Amino acid sequence: MDSLVKRILQLLQENSRLPKEAIADMLGVSRNEVAAAVDQLEKNGIIVGYSAVINWEKAGYDQVTAMIDVKVTPQRDAGFDAIAERIYRFPEVKSVYLMSGAYDLSVVVEGRTMKEVARFVAEKLSTLEHVVSTTTHFILKKYKQDGVIFDDREGDQRLVITP
Amino acid sequence: MKSIRDRLSPVVRAIPPSGIRRFFDLAAGTEGVISLGVGEPDFVTPWRFRDACVDALERGYTTYTSNRGLPALRRAVSDYLERRFGVSYHPDTEILVTVGASEGIDVALRAVLSPGDEVLIPEPCYVSYGPCVQLAGGVPVYVPTRAEDRFKLRADTLERFITPKTKVLLLSYPNNPTGATLTRQDLEQIRSIVLKHDLLVITDEIYAELSYVTPHCSFASLPNMRDRTVLLTGMSKAYAMTGWRVGFACGPKDWISAMVKIHQYTILCAPIMSQMAAVEALTKGDRERDHMVSVYEERRRLVVSAFRQMGLSCHEPEGAFYAFPSIRSTGIPDDVFAEELLKRAKVAVVPGRVFGPGGEGHIRCSYATSVDQLLTAFERIQSFLDRLDEVREHRLARVESGQIGNR
Repeated sequence: MDSLVKRILQLLQENSRLPKEAIADMLGVSRNEVAAAVDQLEKNGIIVGYSAVINWEKAGYDQVTAMIDVKVTPQRDAGFDAIAERIYRFPEVKSVYLMSGAYDLSVVVEGRTMKEVARFVAEKLSTLEHVVSTTTHFILKKYKQDGVIFDDREGDQRLVITP
Repeated sequence: MKSIRDRLSPVVRAIPPSGIRRFFDLAAGTEGVISLGVGEPDFVTPWRFRDACVDALERGYTTYTSNRGLPALRRAVSDYLERRFGVSYHPDTEILVTVGASEGIDVALRAVLSPGDEVLIPEPCYVSYGPCVQLAGGVPVYVPTRAEDRFKLRADTLERFITPKTKVLLLSYPNNPTGATLTRQDLEQIRSIVLKHDLLVITDEIYAELSYVTPHCSFASLPNMRDRTVLLTGMSKAYAMTGWRVGFACGPKDWISAMVKIHQYTILCAPIMSQMAAVEALTKGDRERDHMVSVYEERRRLVVSAFRQMGLSCHEPEGAFYAFPSIRSTGIPDDVFAEELLKRAKVAVVPGRVFGPGGEGHIRCSYATSVDQLLTAFERIQSFLDRLDEVREHRLARVESGQIGNR
């Protein structure tokens, strides 16, 4: 991938609201060039969506996130992909990663209560064919997510005018 | 009792009050200001360097160091300058760790100036040079640089200001506030003047790493210049370590030894924990530094393009992190412009005249500010420019009613 496209992606990942005009000026290329590149990235499914990073706890909504280690039996031909798909189709599931190490899939599940998440694991996840075992870890507090520190105490300490 | 004021040193009394001070009070007293007036990075010191300081404290590094600075740091500085700028200094005899490059300016001048010695200072320039020369008993002689030359120092202009009393040339490129840089060819021409008149040179290259168009060329790297030059640099700008107060003075051993003499009796040494963090930064911080530099570079393009779109003439600043657009076309003096911009649009910039008469008609805008803040600042400046007639009428009314007199 050329370095221009890579930098556009990095800038948008940091702040997807950054105007294309600003990106063009920053990178020293034309606005059309940036617009065309972003368009292509969206069409190719490289930019898959735009979203906000939200500190739900601070917003006052009760929400529970669990990270679940899942051991599965890989299937002939499909490997882990088929079982991963059966898991990630559930809307409760926010992320699914294939892992190296002690277990196979790392599944992030969100729910309103611990009970709700537990029920999902017991009823949907662990009952899937090929799932051998699950270990559920509930997240107690989020400090940093997607590179963003929640409640960052580091403000701008500089004086307003310095020589 | 005779008043203290009457008993103050005439040298100190002769130093004019800082032009920035009044403006600072004004800006600090206004709510919701976006400041483009800050002369330091908006990045907090990278965690890796801070962690090295925390570690130093935990291990009990709370003592004095040798006057010249930690040997490990002087070795790191020596390696760094060789690697980045091709200038070599012996860590034992030719490097002094100072409390910021600021201290370096002071002691380098004090080590060589006798009363009445003249120091050539290209202006617009950083506000400390002149006062430091005065405090050292010297006479600052300002050499103008012009917007038409993108504020590069011209050798022919420089030579016109040389007198039998001229002792030192003080260079500062990349330049604060203009962002001007000098190429090797530009420096070659200055070098020949320096040789012809046998001048000493102090070159403040604190912004060396922030050179965006051509790689930085150190004046000390020119043939035979090293032996008559003190090179000043430090951690503040490129490593986002302003508050740590760590700078370096490098030069011929006799000059550095004289500086050590002053430094040992006035400062003793730079703080050890800061020096420890500096070792980490210089030896392992290239990645952090390069990241910050590339971010400044993007913002630089953004800022220049924004001012030009607003119809202001803005030369391309090739270094540091300042744009220095001209606001002459508005017909409003830069100090009035800055004050009204602050009051009406809540954007703080620094009027160019603060940096010398050559800065009149310009405003210094730092792009050591996040892109979000910059974009909001541009919107505010644009709408301020759209309503300039109101500003003119308002100021005119004030002049007629005698509210503003001698400024």
